[in-house]
Amino acid sequence: MYLKTLFTIILSGFAPLMMTAQDCSYSLSGTVMDYHSKDALVGATVSVIGSKKAVLSNLDGSYRLNGLCAGYIELEVFHPECPTLIIPLNIEENQVYDIKLEHHLEELDEVKVVGNSIADQTNSALEETLHLNELEIYSAGTIGDALKEISGVSSLNTGANIVKPTIHGLNGSRVLILNDGVRMQDMEWGDEHAPNIDVNAARSVSVVKGAAALQYGGDAIGGTIVVDPGRIPQIDSLYGKTMLTGSYNGRGGNLTSELTKSYNNGWFVSGQGSFKRLGDHETPDYVLSNTGVKEAAASVQLGKHLFTSGWDVRYSFFNTELAVLRASHIGNVDDLIRAINSGEPQTIEPFTYDLENPRQKVTHHLAKLKYYNRFEGIGKWTAQYDFQRNRRFEYDIRRGEANNQASIDLLLTTHTFSTDFKWDAKEQFHLQFGILGRYQENFPNPETEVRRLIPDYQKWDVGSFLLGEYRVNDALFLDVGVRYDFTNVAAQKFFQKSRWAERGYDTEFQDLIIRDTGSQYLVNPVFDFHNVTATVGGKYTVSNNGNLRFNYTLAQRAPNPSELFSDGLHHSAARIELGDLRMKSETSHKIAASLEKKYAGWGWTVEPYANFINDFIFLEPTGAEYTNRGAFPVWEYNQTDARLLGLDVMAFSNWSDQWSTEHQFSIVKGKDREADAPLIYMPPANFRNKLVFSKPSWKSFEASLESQYVFQQNEVPGNITVFSPEQQEEVEVAINTAPETYHLMAFTSKLEFPFHKGTKLTTSLSVHNLFNTSFRDYLNRQRYFADDLGRNITLQLKFNY
Amino acid sequence: MKTIKLLSLMATAALLITSCSDDDDAGPEEINEEEVITTMHVTLTPQQGDTITLQSQDLDGDGPDAPVITVSGNLAANTTYEGEIELLNETESPAEDITEEVEEEGLDHQFVFVSTGSIATVDYDDVDAGGNPVGLEFILTTGDAGDATLAITLRHEPTKPNDGTLSGAGGETDFAQTFPLIVE
Repeated sequence: MYLKTLFTIILSGFAPLMMTAQDCSYSLSGTVMDYHSKDALVGATVSVIGSKKAVLSNLDGSYRLNGLCAGYIELEVFHPECPTLIIPLNIEENQVYDIKLEHHLEELDEVKVVGNSIADQTNSALEETLHLNELEIYSAGTIGDALKEISGVSSLNTGANIVKPTIHGLNGSRVLILNDGVRMQDMEWGDEHAPNIDVNAARSVSVVKGAAALQYGGDAIGGTIVVDPGRIPQIDSLYGKTMLTGSYNGRGGNLTSELTKSYNNGWFVSGQGSFKRLGDHETPDYVLSNTGVKEAAASVQLGKHLFTSGWDVRYSFFNTELAVLRASHIGNVDDLIRAINSGEPQTIEPFTYDLENPRQKVTHHLAKLKYYNRFEGIGKWTAQYDFQRNRRFEYDIRRGEANNQASIDLLLTTHTFSTDFKWDAKEQFHLQFGILGRYQENFPNPETEVRRLIPDYQKWDVGSFLLGEYRVNDALFLDVGVRYDFTNVAAQKFFQKSRWAERGYDTEFQDLIIRDTGSQYLVNPVFDFHNVTATVGGKYTVSNNGNLRFNYTLAQRAPNPSELFSDGLHHSAARIELGDLRMKSETSHKIAASLEKKYAGWGWTVEPYANFINDFIFLEPTGAEYTNRGAFPVWEYNQTDARLLGLDVMAFSNWSDQWSTEHQFSIVKGKDREADAPLIYMPPANFRNKLVFSKPSWKSFEASLESQYVFQQNEVPGNITVFSPEQQEEVEVAINTAPETYHLMAFTSKLEFPFHKGTKLTTSLSVHNLFNTSFRDYLNRQRYFADDLGRNITLQLKFNY
Repeated sequence: MKTIKLLSLMATAALLITSCSDDDDAGPEEINEEEVITTMHVTLTPQQGDTITLQSQDLDGDGPDAPVITVSGNLAANTTYEGEIELLNETESPAEDITEEVEEEGLDHQFVFVSTGSIATVDYDDVDAGGNPVGLEFILTTGDAGDATLAITLRHEPTKPNDGTLSGAGGETDFAQTFPLIVE
C-alpha cells in the first residue's frame, strides 16, 4: 500500500495535470525586526522558496504574503545587513509570524551563509551566489557544471568529468576556491585537474569575479569561489536529507545523504556523504569510450557555536577515479593531425562501466580547526588551522607491467594557519586585519619511472591584509583593502643536460646545480616572490530601485610550479610543455562596474569589466622537437601584456504570477597586447534564455525551458605548422580552429510533496541537450577527438527529514 | 579557560607543522625513464652481399636533441633483404632490450612500413599469438637503382588485423622514424 502511494507520487511528478486543486488563499503576515533591539527592519525580502512569491518589508517592518497554499513552505528572509534566514513553516490558516533577524554585521560568520557575508564585505565587487536549489540540480555532475549558471562563469573541460571553473575568462591558479573557509590546495595548476570538491557538500556557492575578496588570498586574478556548507541553527533539532539522482547519459547516478543534530546550547554535529558512479558517456552518434567516473566523498563536522565564542572541527574526504577518453591519448603530432582530420574518435568500444587507462585517481583530505571569540565593544577574533593532503595518480597507456604503474604520482601536503581580527565597534566603520602562514610540500614519487612533471618542492607563504569598510551614508558604501604576500619556493629538480643547455640555463643558473648524474643535473632553485594586492570600490544606491557598484583591484600572482618547472611530454595534447625558471609574478589591474535596476515586474543588470594583466603567464607554441616517437610541437610558458574586456548582461521579467523569463548574455575578448593577437581559450560569447512556469498550488510545480546559444569563438590564435615526418612535409595543425556555433535546449520540472512536519519529497526531471544535438565546445580540450555529450535525462528524488 | 586550552592545542599543531619539514636532505632520487625507446636498430641481410644497418638514436628521449640517423651503406638494386628490428633503451646501463617486450605484447603492437622510391615491397615475416603480423621481422625487396625512403612506425594498441597502412592500423605512435636510403 505504501509502495503504491510512493509510486503514484513519483508518477505524478511527470503528470502535473493529474494534481487536484487545493486551497491557496491563505496569507502570512508579520513584522521583520532586529533580534536584539526589536527595531523594525525595512527592505527585507521575504520570499517563499520554490515560488515567485516575494515581498519587501515596509517602513514599519511589516510584510504580507497572499495566496499561499496549505502545507509546508520554506521562507527565505534576506536583508542586506543581516544573515539570510530560512524558516520552515506549515501553513494551515491565515497566520501571523514575526521574523527576527540578527542585524549585526559582526555576527555573520557564525549565523549565516558566507555567500551573503561576502556580499556585505566586498560591497563593490561583482558577485553572485548559487543557492541550494540550484546546486541540487547538479548533484550527479560537478561543481564546475553548477557554476556555469552564473553569468561570466564558464569552464575549461577535459571531457565531461574534469570541469575547471573559469571566471571572466581566467582559470586554474587564477581562481581561488575557498571550501568552508579553507583555500583548496589540490594542484589547481593543471588544465586537467578538476577541483576536489563534492558539489553535494555545498549549501551555497558564491563567486567574486575578481581579486577584491583579498581576505582569502591576493592572487585571485580571475576570481574567488566561496563554497559554503551551510550554517547550523542554534536550536534543538535533528534534520537531514537524502537525494538519489539517476542519469541516462552515463547510465548511473549519485546518492547523497546528510544528517545534522543541533542543540540550543550551541553544540552541533553533522555528517554528509555521497557516492557517484557513471559509465561511459555518449554523444548523439557514438559512445565516448573510457569516460566513466567513480566518486566518493564524505565530511563530518563537530563544534559549538555561540554568539560570544565558538569552535568547530571539520574533516572532509574526497576520492575520485575518472577515466579519460581513450581516443585522446595519442603518440605524436601525426596522431593529432589524424585525430583532428578524422572527425570521430579513433577508438569506439561498446558501453562499459570499466575505468581503463588513461585515468586519474585523486584523493583529497581536508581537516580544519577553527576558533573565534568576541570582545565586547571591540570586535571579533578568529583563528584557524587547516591541513590538506592531496594525492594524485595519473595512469597512461604503457607497455607491460608499467601499465599498472601510475605515470604521475604526486603528494601535496599543506598546512595553513590564519588569524584575523575584525574591529566593528563603530556602526559606520569596520576594519579587518589578518595574517596567514602556509607551508606546502610536494613529493613526486619516483616509483613512476617517468621523469617528474612537477619536482619536489617546499613552499612557504606569509600574508597579511587590512580591509576597511566605510558607510558614508545610507546610499553610499566604500571599501578599501590592501594585502601583502611573500612566497618562497625551494625546489629540487632533475634537468636533462640537453634541456638545461637548450633553455639557456647554463649561462644564468649554473650555480644552482648540486649534483651531476651523467645525463642529468640535479638543480636546487630557490625563488622569492613579493606580491601586493589592493582594492578600492564603492556601492551607491542610485534610487530606491537601483544600485551602482564600482571597483578597482590591483593583484599580483606568483608563478605556479607548472609555469616554473614544467618539462616534458603531454600525451593528451601531443606537445612538449616547458616552464621557465625566469618567470616573474604577473600583475593585474581590473576595473569593474555594475549597474542594477529593479522595477515592478522586471529588472536588469549590466556588468562591464576590463582586466589589464602585465607579465601575463601563458602557454604558446614556439616550435617543434623531433624524437624517436615523431614530431612534437613545443609549447613554452611565456609572459606578455594581456588585456581582457568583457560584459555580462542579465535581465528578468515576471510576465504573470506563473510565467517569468530570465536572460543572460556574456562576452569576453582577450588580447595579447605585445603580439597584437587573440588570447587562447577565451570563452566564446553565449546567450541564455529561460522560460519558467511555476504554479505553487500544484504541489509547488515548476517547469522551465532553457535555450543556450554559444557562438563560435572568432578570435583565436593562429594554427601552427609542423613538419610531419609521416607526410614528409610541413603541415598545418588546426589546434586553434574553434568549433562552430551551437544551440542547446534544456527542460526541467519539479514537484514537491510535503508529508509530516518538515518532511518532504521532491521529485524532479530534467533533460539536457533536449534535441540530441551534436556539437563541440571550444573550451573542451577533448574537442579535437570527439563530440560533446548527447541528450541526458536526469531523474531526481529528494527526501528532506 | 577553555579558550586557553584551545589556543595551546593550536600552538602545538603549528609547532608540529614546522618541526616535521626538513628531513629529506639526501635529495630526490634520479629517474631514468624505463620505457623510452632511445634506439632502433634495423638489420637488413641479403642472400648474398653486404648486410646494411639502419639506426635512429636519441639518447635524451623526449629532450630537445633530435635523433641521429645512421645508415651503414647503400642497398643493392632488385635484391631481397631479411629485415630485423631491435629496440633499445640506452638511458639505462646496461641498455634495456625493449624488443622482447614488444614481442611478448605482439597482440598490442605492430610496425607499419611505408616506403617511397626504389623500394619495391616490404612484407611482414612474423606473426603474433593471433596470427597477425607484428613486423619485428620483415622482407624488403628493392627495385631499380635510385633514391628511396623507408618510414618505420610502431603503433601501440592498433586495430588488428588491418591493411598495413598507418590509417588502417590506428592506435598511438610509440616510435616513428624515416630513413633516407640509396639503392644502387
